[in-house]
Amino acid sequence: MSKSKLKTIKDLAPLRNSLIKEREKLRATIVICGGTGCQASRSLAVIDEVKKQLAKHKLKKSVNVRTTGCHGFCEQGPVMVIEPDEIFYCHVSPDDAAEIVTKTIRDGEIIERLLYTDPVSGKTIKTESEIPFYLAQDRYLLAQNRQVNPCSIEDYIAIGGYSALAKTLFELPPESVVKEIVNSELRGRGGGGFPTGRKWAECREAPGDEKYVICNADEGDPGAYMDRCVLEGNPHLVLEGMMIGAWAVGARKGYVYVRNEYPLAVKHIQLAVEQARKLGILGENIFGSPFSFDVDIARGGGAFVCGESTALMASLEGKVGEPRPKDVHTVVDGLWHKPTTLNNVETWANVPSIIKNGASWFASKGAKGSKGTKILALTGHIKNTGLVEVEMGKSINDVVFGIGGGATNGKAIKAVQTGGPSGGCLPVEKFDLPVDFDALADAGSMVGSGGMVVMDESTCMVDVAKYFLTFLQDESCGKCVPCRLGIDRMLEIVTEISEGRGTSDHIELLEDLGDTMSTTSLCGLGKTAANPVLSTLRYFRDEYETHINEKKCPAGVCQALITYIIDEEKCTCCGLCKRACPHNAIAGKKKQVHSIDVDLCQKCGICMSECKFDAIQIQ
Amino acid sequence: MPSPTITTLLEGHRSQPHQLIEALQDVQKHYGYISEDSMRSISDELGVSLMEVYSVASFYKAFSLQPRGKNIIAVCTGTACHVRGAKMVLNQAISQIGAEPGEISKDGLFTIEHVNCLGACALGPVVTENESVHHHMDPGKLRKLIKSLKKGDKEGASHV
Repeated sequence: MSKSKLKTIKDLAPLRNSLIKEREKLRATIVICGGTGCQASRSLAVIDEVKKQLAKHKLKKSVNVRTTGCHGFCEQGPVMVIEPDEIFYCHVSPDDAAEIVTKTIRDGEIIERLLYTDPVSGKTIKTESEIPFYLAQDRYLLAQNRQVNPCSIEDYIAIGGYSALAKTLFELPPESVVKEIVNSELRGRGGGGFPTGRKWAECREAPGDEKYVICNADEGDPGAYMDRCVLEGNPHLVLEGMMIGAWAVGARKGYVYVRNEYPLAVKHIQLAVEQARKLGILGENIFGSPFSFDVDIARGGGAFVCGESTALMASLEGKVGEPRPKDVHTVVDGLWHKPTTLNNVETWANVPSIIKNGASWFASKGAKGSKGTKILALTGHIKNTGLVEVEMGKSINDVVFGIGGGATNGKAIKAVQTGGPSGGCLPVEKFDLPVDFDALADAGSMVGSGGMVVMDESTCMVDVAKYFLTFLQDESCGKCVPCRLGIDRMLEIVTEISEGRGTSDHIELLEDLGDTMSTTSLCGLGKTAANPVLSTLRYFRDEYETHINEKKCPAGVCQALITYIIDEEKCTCCGLCKRACPHNAIAGKKKQVHSIDVDLCQKCGICMSECKFDAIQIQ
Repeated sequence: MPSPTITTLLEGHRSQPHQLIEALQDVQKHYGYISEDSMRSISDELGVSLMEVYSVASFYKAFSLQPRGKNIIAVCTGTACHVRGAKMVLNQAISQIGAEPGEISKDGLFTIEHVNCLGACALGPVVTENESVHHHMDPGKLRKLIKSLKKGDKEGASHV
């Protein structure tokens, strides 16, 4: 295989063909997810053992082991797919490796116990595409994760990678690329939902020779991790999108601003840049065209506000990540006061397929005003947690119940939190709403970056509001008064309510404050900071009222309003809770029913989580 | 005079003020925290005022201005982990170690941190110990993890 620089466009196709031929010779490929989720479930140990077993059975040359990024079904990790038959194994342990190699690879037998069991029918399912979790999705971006080793540019080229760039550089003048993105109606996937094509057009038209493109990979929304998985699992796709964008707006330099908390994503994008440079896909006169472009990686410093474009640019310049007023947009006056196009990971990742398949292909998917697919992070009190990709416009019901499989532990689902700290909580009665930018915004929430945290009846909505305010208080940069002090005051009031000191005028005061903050704050963080409170007030006002009027927390979460007691009938006197209590608040000798000293009890709930007999209850 | 190590660390960043965050990242990674001396060296080498270095170092969460323990236990308190009981895990960590988040334990072995989201939301509550990720954590599993780390049993810790 030629690994020398691709000097002209003519070099790309032969390289791809030779790579495909090489892969066709293989007897099988064992695909193992090496994403962060599966790594936490020890997938790397599985990979090592599989390789060892293949060597032992002299199958190393004919069977390829591909370590990939996230497949989405994190709950079932480590997951393995064996190609070409697409056999799907889940919860694979290193001890299973020998059997997989001898039975499935060598003898073609299926190992029944490693297959996925459908919780509804109770039957085992053989291939990935038959699993309801995947079947109900529309996977375009995420599907590629399974096909490439993120550390291999060859894998990416073999599946058609960089052909959209080649088409761009030799067939599409910059204006046509911009037009294509405008016609596709792609909207930013990072939270704002701003039309991407319009952004590009304005940046292209902005005066100046020096322009920049930036990939925002500072995914700070708690409860969202799709950008991490795309960047970790398919970094070349993001690079290719950025390069097409750079050609369109006239930039020669790009930056990827990535969260330092995502070490694997940092590593993979760094490697991808190096590989692309080596092959001449980044650098001077790419594929022999007049286009020159290079990318630098910057690691974020861990500040949520840097998800805001002007704060991110300040951070890239090495400064404190504070936003600035956007009277002049960043497409005109951005990084180092130059015209700058900033998109997030998922937005960039959508670009190559739009160029390859055409704007109308993209615009044919999704709903009116919200085209294409969106990756959602489905988490919380739900059976099938993981990353899912659906055409926009699918209902929340389809996502939460259809793909997510409904609640765990037989509890009733109460709400879904969408859009992170800028979004809101929607009650189950609103689950027929479509997941699209406008419908969710009208309902007081937002698609945001795509986090969907499902909450069951054990969640207190006042506590959820308090959680987000605590988060935002921590993350507000403090530059503008409405955000800095508004969040403080709101948190004070919600804390009063959650601790039983709420008064009847508190609710009105919260709404008033929220209104002021959204109209007067400087940046998106402050403008949307009141959303978690306002949306819970809109849909769960009765919970606030019960906290205020009856001094009770119906879900049994707010510590000041609950008491832990031991059910004497259920207590087996095992002593487990007593040992676990960090505050020595539990008394009771062996064979003597235990009791909780309410004065010492800090209501941390640890005893309850430890008790195996359900003997500790909340009153 | 700055120590030879810090001079080496700052090599690629010299006289480049916009590299301040990258420089701080490298120093933090090497020493585990940013000392006043380090800040002075960065200020000299990059040509950024000491005040600017301090304001950036204290603004971003990635930087600790105090020494940290040998083991960093980061408890994710993102939304998905929160609704699944991350607070209990954090409380347990604090009481086991006897130090508040950001502080160093008396024996110098531990520092607890709470992180706003580690991006492993499907597996919450999530805790990272140094670089390895532990999923579906509860107070009991955390106690086991800390116990193994106290004994210096890395292998045992990796199985929690």
